[in-house]
Amino acid sequence: MSKYVPVIGLEVHSELKSNSKNFSSSKNGEGEVNTNLCPLDLGYPGTLPVVNKEAVRKSLMVAMALNCNVPEKLCFDRKNYYYPDLPKGYQITQFGSPIGVHGYVMIDTDSGPKKISIQDTHLEEDTANMDHMSTYSLIDYNRAGVPLLETVTDPCINSADEAILFLEAYRNILLYLDASDARADLGQIRVDVNVSLKREEDSKLGTRVEMKNINSFKTVREAIISEIDRQTKILESGGVIEQETRRYDENLGTSVFMRSKVDAVDYKYYRESNIPEIKLRDSFIDSVKNCLPILEYERRHKYIDVYGIGKVDAYTLTKDKKLSDYFEKIISYGSNPVDTSNMIVGFLLGYMNKNFLSLEDIKINEDDFSSVIKMMSDGKISNKQAKDIFTKAIEEDKNVMDIAKEMGSQISDKEEIRRIINEVFSENTKVIEDYKNGKNVNGFIMGLIMKKTSGKVNPGITNMVLKEELEKL
Amino acid sequence: MTELFIDDMRKELDNKSVTSSDLFNEARDKALKYQDEYNSFVTIMDKKEEMDSNTKLSGIPYGLKDNISTKGILTTGSSNILKDYIPVYDATVYRKLKEAGAVLVGKTVLDELAMGGTGTTGHTGIVRNPWDKDRMIGGSSSGSASSVALGIVPFSIGSDTGDSIRKPASYGGVVGFKPTYGRVSRYGLFAFASSLDTVGVIARSTRDISYVMDIIKGHDDRDMTSLPDDNILYSDNINNEIKGKKLFYIKEALENKSGNKELEQIIDNFYKTIDKAREIGFIIDEVSIDKELLETIYPAYNVISCAEATSNNSNLTGICFGNRIDGKDINDIMMKTRTEGFSELIKRRFVIGSYVLQKENQDKLFLNACRVRRLIVDRFNELFKEYDGYILPSTERIAPRFNEASDKLGDDYLILGNHLIIGNFGGYPSISIPSGFVNNMPVGISITGRAKEDYLVLNMANKLEEVLGYKGQVSKSE
Repeated sequence: MSKYVPVIGLEVHSELKSNSKNFSSSKNGEGEVNTNLCPLDLGYPGTLPVVNKEAVRKSLMVAMALNCNVPEKLCFDRKNYYYPDLPKGYQITQFGSPIGVHGYVMIDTDSGPKKISIQDTHLEEDTANMDHMSTYSLIDYNRAGVPLLETVTDPCINSADEAILFLEAYRNILLYLDASDARADLGQIRVDVNVSLKREEDSKLGTRVEMKNINSFKTVREAIISEIDRQTKILESGGVIEQETRRYDENLGTSVFMRSKVDAVDYKYYRESNIPEIKLRDSFIDSVKNCLPILEYERRHKYIDVYGIGKVDAYTLTKDKKLSDYFEKIISYGSNPVDTSNMIVGFLLGYMNKNFLSLEDIKINEDDFSSVIKMMSDGKISNKQAKDIFTKAIEEDKNVMDIAKEMGSQISDKEEIRRIINEVFSENTKVIEDYKNGKNVNGFIMGLIMKKTSGKVNPGITNMVLKEELEKL
Repeated sequence: MTELFIDDMRKELDNKSVTSSDLFNEARDKALKYQDEYNSFVTIMDKKEEMDSNTKLSGIPYGLKDNISTKGILTTGSSNILKDYIPVYDATVYRKLKEAGAVLVGKTVLDELAMGGTGTTGHTGIVRNPWDKDRMIGGSSSGSASSVALGIVPFSIGSDTGDSIRKPASYGGVVGFKPTYGRVSRYGLFAFASSLDTVGVIARSTRDISYVMDIIKGHDDRDMTSLPDDNILYSDNINNEIKGKKLFYIKEALENKSGNKELEQIIDNFYKTIDKAREIGFIIDEVSIDKELLETIYPAYNVISCAEATSNNSNLTGICFGNRIDGKDINDIMMKTRTEGFSELIKRRFVIGSYVLQKENQDKLFLNACRVRRLIVDRFNELFKEYDGYILPSTERIAPRFNEASDKLGDDYLILGNHLIIGNFGGYPSISIPSGFVNNMPVGISITGRAKEDYLVLNMANKLEEVLGYKGQVSKSE
């Protein structure tokens, strides 16, 4: 009998960065409990929503980055349900006409690139935070109304690894766009997971089980693996999967029953009439399109395919947009991409790590960085010298080019070296005697040359020229 | 003095023969005097709000419907669930009036949460018609209409979702104006049905309405559905020439198959009124509209308004504000608060609203109602290409006695009894002005015009009002 194939769909909720909330003027950000509030956030009678343009702009950017189709008009709907974390008794969301539909995200799996198709991405508002105590509950409404972007994939993911690759790629898109800080530990990115199993040859999907509100990618992985395991066991023993919503319990390492399909809530979606349809003008869409950066996936493939940078290093460079931008700016001044990448990945990142520095602490401008790499590539300075220059520049907060000048550049001109060697010969006639008497003096003479030039000569070239000159004697 | 027009009071204030405190005290004393009998107010102010300003309305007393948010002043929506609710912010309309120097006398009674048309369902008791205490004033802007009809204040602010300003104004022999949707900010108006809700004015003359509109209209950044400013002073345009303005009336709305005597007199009053209108230059045609379409008005309204009301009032759970009833857990608290907080009639509407929004019913009921609304509006927009408005009796009857009608959503259907809803469906400006008496009770006539042409509706109504002779009337029940 054939094996079961897992089919996974994800719903990712991310809080968008903005000054104010999605439909009110209260602050979107950190604050003392229940201070980022206004009458609308508490659902006071008579309050009305006003759409936050910045949140729309950010979600539009994400929609475009996900290669989605964008609607002509922006519309909002109400999702109706009662819970104290939802003060209005409904959530303003986009049901009928999401801000992005039918997109995709590329991921690189072990078996090659894979397209994860996106059903839609839509803008909505977050709920309040609740803490349930034994005899009472506490509600913090600071989060109520914070702009939230929900992105829904098609059920097209086939393993926990793929799910994580997608989530990492998606998070990086958010970070590249500066749309969200996407910190899972702060609840800024939360995932609902749907898992079903089907036999390899079946085209019809199996019955799906939903696990809601998972707070870290690590837990997403565990939840998927354990759910696949649970469902496989049920099917293999001849059982049937029930359509239900479950909660993944990290302590138990398995999902636990929450509610069945029969208890599914009817959210009675309908159009939010307090927000008129907003035409997304071409000029607005173009202005958003024009500030879309080139994203991680594309950059990474360019680094590998065009620049010839190794896969691992390309991953490292593109993981952080700021680092990738820094790298690209440096090579735009003409330094060799591989040498530049090697210096960044092989030296700079390690140095930063060791000294707890971030890229902001590195004040070396890209032009100078590029010049030093060029000197190194041209053999004018050694790799070690380049590193010394950078280290000194960082530690003493000095200009790179000044240091390079100060240290003097390496002497690698053959004729110059030849001249120095001959000077050394004429100053040390005894050594020439020794040589002529068959003694090996190479190391000793090299030492003399280094001493004379303060170690600035290129050792390889010097060795070569020295041999030539000795033979002439 | 407060039974006079705004201009009269303005004159006395300006030549300092009265002060705004005198006017406030007079209005407050009248409010208190009539309160037991007529119950116009939920709250009567002890003190005058102090605000220096120099507008037409400065020092003029007024009433404000108790579903409009007033910071620091009890605002109940005439519902038990909000019986102790004191808002933390001001509605835009209230802020504008305050800034203009108008003086709040009290918060007027409404049908619970503005859902109803009888004035009998507010949590503080029934509102009586100043012309006959055994009759209703109608609703839901019940106290707003009665306070003006009693001569307590020259104007009151109301809200109108189906006919909630125009019907009680008509029953009370006063003028009621529902502006174009979005002309006056809804920020701070307790939402009933957001796509239909409007804030408007009840007064004793169209001129006074225009003075108030000039203050309260305008774009509001807090209400995305509010219109851009039209930059027209309505009060400067109410005397414009109306010769050649074209109105129509709907043939099917004036049928009286059962030969009802009262209806006959109302229709008779209407024909006499349009004769006078023609005399001053209006062109008035009879137009026939598909009866089937007209008969869908009320059911469509019922479905849409109940659906929106269900959702809009989901905030009333007792969690963040309101009259919380304790329970064993969160859900129990919300359940008990809502069970005890709302009257049966309201719950009926919520059940209907919830039913029509359910997944399996939504397309057949709610969305079809929205489609019907669209068809009706398309038909009227078509007619408004040729006509400046339509004119009909405001209501199909005089104010009912208390045992004659209820706010249960009834079975009998009359086009004439429901046509005012067209104004809300299309967002059209619509006014009711008094046009005489039937069985010693006031009746009214309504003009509904093109969306955004508020100034023209007021202009036409004012010209008609001049020749009808019922302007400025105050009930004679004392």
